[in-house]
Parts: sequence; C-alpha cells; structure tokens
Amino acid sequence: MATSISTHRQLPAELREVQLRTEEYARSYGLDFYETIFEVLDLEELCMFAAYGGFPTRYPHWRFGAEYDELMKTHMYGLQRIYEMVINNDPCYAYLLNTNMMIDQKLVIAHVYGHCDFFKNNAFFSHTNRKMLNQMANHGARVSRYIDRVGYEQVEQFIDACLSLEDLIDPHSVHIKRAPDISAMPHAALLRDDDFEYLATEGKFPSKGYMEQFINPPDVLEREAKERKDREVERVKKRSFPEQPQRDILQFLLQHAPLRDWQHDVLSMIRDEAYYFAPQGQTKIMNEGWASYWHTFLMTRHGLTDAEVIDYADHHSGTVAMTPQRLNPYKVGIELFRNIEERWNNGQFGADYENCPDMKEKARWKRDTGLGREKIFEVRRVHNDITFIDEFLTPEFCAQHKMFSFAYNPSADQYEIASREFDQVKAQLLNSLTNHGRPFIYVVDGNFRNRGELYLQHQFQGVELKQDYARDTLINLQKLWARPVHIETMIDDKPSVISYDGHTHQTKTK
Amino acid sequence: MTRPIDLDTQRFKEIVRGKVREGLKKYITQGEILGRQGREVVSIPIPNLDIPRFRHGNKGSGGVGQGEGEAGQPVGKGGDQEGGLAQPGDDVGQHIREAELTLDELADMLGSELELPHITPKGDSTLKTKKLRYNSIRQTGPKSLRHFKRTYKRALRRLIATGGYDPKTPVVIPTHEDERFRSSSEVVLPHANAAVVYMMDVSGSMTDDQKQIVRTESFWIDTWLRSQYDGLQRRYIVHDAVAHEVDEDTFYRTRESGGTRISSAYNMAQKIIERDFPPADWNIYCFQFSDGDNWGEDNTLCMQKLQNDLIPVCNLFCYGQVESPYGTGDYLRELKKIAPRFENLILSEIKNREGIYESIKTFLGKGK
Repeated sequence: MATSISTHRQLPAELREVQLRTEEYARSYGLDFYETIFEVLDLEELCMFAAYGGFPTRYPHWRFGAEYDELMKTHMYGLQRIYEMVINNDPCYAYLLNTNMMIDQKLVIAHVYGHCDFFKNNAFFSHTNRKMLNQMANHGARVSRYIDRVGYEQVEQFIDACLSLEDLIDPHSVHIKRAPDISAMPHAALLRDDDFEYLATEGKFPSKGYMEQFINPPDVLEREAKERKDREVERVKKRSFPEQPQRDILQFLLQHAPLRDWQHDVLSMIRDEAYYFAPQGQTKIMNEGWASYWHTFLMTRHGLTDAEVIDYADHHSGTVAMTPQRLNPYKVGIELFRNIEERWNNGQFGADYENCPDMKEKARWKRDTGLGREKIFEVRRVHNDITFIDEFLTPEFCAQHKMFSFAYNPSADQYEIASREFDQVKAQLLNSLTNHGRPFIYVVDGNFRNRGELYLQHQFQGVELKQDYARDTLINLQKLWARPVHIETMIDDKPSVISYDGHTHQTKTK
Repeated sequence: MTRPIDLDTQRFKEIVRGKVREGLKKYITQGEILGRQGREVVSIPIPNLDIPRFRHGNKGSGGVGQGEGEAGQPVGKGGDQEGGLAQPGDDVGQHIREAELTLDELADMLGSELELPHITPKGDSTLKTKKLRYNSIRQTGPKSLRHFKRTYKRALRRLIATGGYDPKTPVVIPTHEDERFRSSSEVVLPHANAAVVYMMDVSGSMTDDQKQIVRTESFWIDTWLRSQYDGLQRRYIVHDAVAHEVDEDTFYRTRESGGTRISSAYNMAQKIIERDFPPADWNIYCFQFSDGDNWGEDNTLCMQKLQNDLIPVCNLFCYGQVESPYGTGDYLRELKKIAPRFENLILSEIKNREGIYESIKTFLGKGK
C-alpha cells in the first residue's frame, strides 16, 4: 500500500535551485531547521495529503474521506486554495501544488523554512515525535490488522467513539511531571541502606542525628502520620480514584476502562496522535506569523524579480487579509512579530518605557538598542500563542489593527461587536485561545457512588456546554467505560449533572 | 489504481446517504439550502459529518475580530458557527462550509445528485428563435472579437517563413494581415418554452415554517426547470377562500387567514393558462402546495376542474402537501383516488425540511 501512494519524485531542477538558494539565505539569517524535503503534488494528491493531516499512511477512516471531499470541492468551486503543507518531522516534509505559479512556489518555499525553523526550535514542539511519519504508518498498519481480525465496522465504530473524546488530553503534561517518577533513585548502589530510612517513614526530612528532633519534631510527625492515616481510611472507605482530578481522560481510560487489547491499542494511538498535533494548535498564530515574517523578509530582499512583484504582493495580501468574523492568525502573527522587532530595536521596553507618563514621548521613543532580531528569535523559542499575546499585545497594536471583541447575543441569535477596549479585547482573545477555546474537563471519580460509574467535571468558565453534543459524547464515552457516565456542568447558571447509563440520558440540577 | 483515500471517501459518502450507520446521519451539517446572494449566485453547504465532542455552546461565547464597526454591530450569525479562533486548525486553511455557485452549476449538481432525467419538451418545436452563433472566422472585424490563437499562429507562420523568427528571443508581433476575427451567423433554433404556475394555500393553517419549505422547494424546481428550458415564465397564485395572482415576492410573504377553497386557485390557474400560455406552444407545469385542508364540499368541484381542465394541458401537475400542525391532510387522500388514472399527476408529502429532496425527486424524476 505504502508504495502506491509514495510520491518520491525528484524536484524539478528549477525549483531545486530556488530551494537551495532560499535555504542558504534562511540559514544566513539564523534560521535553524531539519533537512527539508520538498515534493510537488497535483491537486488530488495534495488534497489527499491534507485530508490525512499530512500523513498519507494513516489508518482508514471515513473522516479523512470527508475532509478530502470537502477540500476537493472547495478547491474546485474556487473557495480556498492550499498552496503547501509542511509536516513536523525529521526530516521535514513539505508539499507544493504543481499548478502554483513560479512566484507562488518561491514564496511557499520561503514560508516553509519559517515553519521548519519553528517546529525545530519552539519549546512546545520539543516533545513531539520527530519520526511521526513512521509512527503514523505504524498506526495505519496496526489498525488494518485489527480490521482484518475483528471487522471493519467494529473498528470504525470504536474509532468514532475515541475521536469523540480525542481532545480530552492534558497538553501540558508532556512538559511537567504530574506524578512522582517511581524509578527515580540515582546512585542507589553507592549508598548504604540506612541512608534511605527517611524514605521509609514518609514526611521525614533527612537530618544529622543531633538535629533530628528539631528538623523532624516528633509531635509534628505524629500529627502528620495521623492525618495521612485518616486520609487513607477515608479513601479506602470511599474507594474513589484518582486522588486528584485528572485532565488526561484518555490516559485514565487506558488505565482503567475495560478495553480489549485491540481497543486499548487503538485508543493509545489516537491519544499519541492527539498529543502530536496539540502544539500546532497551541502555536497557530506564532507559527503562521513566524513563517509569514520570513517569507516576506526573504522574498523582498532576495527572492523577487521585477516582474514578480505584483503577483507576490497580491498573493501575500490575500494571505494576511482580515475578516470581521475571524482573526487571521497570519495577520496577527506577522504584525506582532514585526511590532516586537521594532519595539526592541528602538528600546521601547523595560521599566523606563513602561512607566513613561507622556504618551507623545512614548510614541516618539527611540533608543538605539537594536535588539529586535535577537528578541524575536527568543520569542519564537519560548512562547506559545497565549503567552505571546499576553506578553506582547499592546493597546497601540490593538487600536492600529482595529481589533474588537464580539459576543453572542441570544436574543438576536447572532454575534455582535462587544468592545474595542484593550483590556476586554485581550481578555477575550486569551480566553478563546485557552485550551483552543474548548471546555476544560476532568475525571473526578472513577468509582462514583461506589458503583464503578465515571464522573467527569466541566470546569465552568462562563461558557456553557453545547448540550446535544455533550449528551452524544457521553454515549461514546459510555461505550468505552461500559458503566454509567456523568458530567457535572452548568446549565442555565445552575450546577447540573448530565448522565447516560447506556439506555437513557438524565439531566439533573445538582 | 485504488488509493486509500478513495475508500475513505466512498465510506463517507455511504454514511452521508444514510446507507450505512444510520446513527451518524444526524450529524450531517445542515445549513440553509437556499441563500440567494445577488441575482445569479447561491451558496450551498458542503455536507460533512461532525463528530460529537464536549464543546462550548453559543451562550456566553465570543471571540476577537478585526475591522470597522461600532459596538453592537452584528458580525456573524449564531447557530453552529464557532466564534473567533476556536478552530484548532492543525494544518491546512480554514473550513469554509459554503460554496457559491451559479444557478447553472447548481442545476447540474441537483440533476446528478437526484439523478433527474433531462426533460424532453413536448410536441414539435413550434416556436423558433434566431440566435447569433460565433462559428466562423473572418479577416476583418472589431478588436474585441480578435481570435488570439489564430492570429498568433498566422504571425508565427509568417515569421518562420520569412526567416525572422529567433527561438532564443521568441518575440512574435502580429501585423494587420495576420489578424483573424470571430464571426457570427444567424442560426434558427427550436425554442422550448415552459411556464410554471405555483399555487399556495395561505389560509390560517399554514405557518411560516411550511412557507419556508415551499419557498425552498420552489426555488429548486425553478432552478431545475430553468436549466431545461430556454425561456421560463412563472406565475404565482395564493389562495384561501378566494385566489389572487401575485408577484413572486408577495407569494412568499403573504399571510392570510380564513378558510380554504382550492377550486378558486384552479380557476385562477386555468384563467392564466388560457390568457398567457396556449398549451400548444408551451410546456406547462403546475405546482400546488397546501397543508391538505379544504372545505369538504369544494373537493368535488376541485376534482372536476383538475381532471377536465388542468391535467390535460399540463406536462406535470404536482401537488406537494406540507405537514401542518393544524391541517387534516384530507385533500391528499382525495387526490390519491384519481392519481392512478393520470400519469402526469404527481403527489408528494413533505414532512419537514429533509423531505424536500425526496419531494423534488418525486416531482421531477419522470423527465417530463
């Protein structure tokens, strides 16, 4: 199968030359990327690759077909164009559309190098699997095997159920350790057994003998021991788990749901893929902004011939066009990067600038610091969209780009402009970026009512759940958990619980 | 060669058509089928399946946009739209679910989607029209009709013949002698004309929902017939106890109350046909929409009128009954009694919005 869709073809000499030149320039400005392999695809192939999220060897599922169908149609009706796709992988793969004009190809190649640099260097991508192409093919092969074993329909229905829960992961968990590592005991062989005695009695700090009763006062130890015991008794009595609410619901299901072996494997694949794609959602504005910054930079300085300027400008302005309903990540990203560069070039940062009371002086502020380029490289390394906006969005920027927040008006069933005030726009923007604007959901209890029922909690932050979707998601969740499932949320400003027991739904005000 | 994506697409389409996995069908993203923008373009949603997930509802939601406008100005409609940057967007551009199409394209799609047969106009082509067709080439003409390719070829031929062509700098400049122009001639074409008479019951029992269904359905019928005939004339009749001929706009907006006498509409339709559309020259279509409520004693009169005066002159007489909370639906039963005797009398029940497709297929599926 893999060979039939392989597109390993040589890049045309003309494009190859552009690629080498662009790559050299990109490197000379400090961009740092994995080897990047470009391939030229026709429309059908590109749409196919895009439908598969860039990985043509994924497991079979109708949603890829749906995506493909939609992409082909929107393309044919002239609604949208995909010029290119880049895959976060080592080596990076980038796909170009064969009908692009030469100038488009140049622009896209420059754009791709921006993405590749971002993938490699941004902190939020640091834990992604750089051999994902292989991993995805591996997933594909495994799913196909399960299909052979248990049948197409069964696997498909299970995948449908998993996809329904796909985003219930904890995207930050790859960077921090939520639970203590069990095997963390370095140099064990070098130490004597009694050095670890303090580990045996939890809560005791290590101390030299004569300090013992000051560092570990017996009465405190006794109290702590009692508390621990009480908690333990309480826990055993309730028999509920996990101890802390857990956000990675997929992991929880993998550990505790009564899944068959193939189901366990499929769910773990879907979880892996969700984690792989998560950083791309977390850094959409930055990633596109960074790539756009570099394509304009490289093109206007090195790429363009006189004859191409108009087409280039036309294409570029299309990319960064604004629409009222939707913030264009390309536009916000590139402008914000440029804004940062300018501010750090002119010394518009730090206490002196921030505290300057004179707006006129602030607007004219110019110190010859020239730190702009350095700063934006730092920004692309350590930030994600949320911290990026939080840190660098300024009232001036907001006003200059005519940003506004909008809100839903239930009486008119439409979205209306709510405010142009900086604080509100920023708050709304951060709000919609947090968790990609999706609800926060935790597992609170896997043994609810001591009957093995699953109890989830929606952390309410002002926006209610879409109820019909929530109910149907519960159906899918119940398929995996096999016992009744519940979710606590707010309905009409009242804490409520929606339940599904395998046959009927129930909604109760708490 | 079968690619994996073809299998996935195939599977998706089967699901959309409801052939497999019935449970999923409700997630087909529905949208306003009809949203006329400008005169000739409509937007239609592209079907996709949504996977249910825990999502935020509309209430309390919002986002950030860019552009002009005062506070309070609408920026988008509610419904299923996700506000602002809510889309995760993992790789490729945004998801626009609406395509804008011209009416011709739309008719093509409708035709292929519903597998509608093309219509064979009845009778001999009695009406003829003269049309200009650009089907020949001349040496003189206005610049706007210059045939670029031929002109270029002539110029190239001349240059090569005179040895003035240099492949390294392939500059070809046509002279006056090289120029060729498109030229038109008159052709006589048989002309098929169609007339459509829409009748709608606007008595108290028809609600706005039902009218919306009628509106959507008649739009599609229009679109299809228009693609099949050169000239399409439309007439609109609304009736309660009495009938009025109205224009298109009024047809969709009127709301009367009171009783229902369907025969009044039939009289009016007959009058219009006699006045404007001699059946010998015209392909006549009648579409009647009602909730099936009629005054009992009127039914006999209706049946007579229908059998003697209307059905014989029409290509098709279509009756669509929308389900109403108030109507009894008796009229459909009356019609069913005579339906077997007339090939061109077509009945359809439209239960809800989803019923529209089926109904159009029933109406136009005979290729008449």
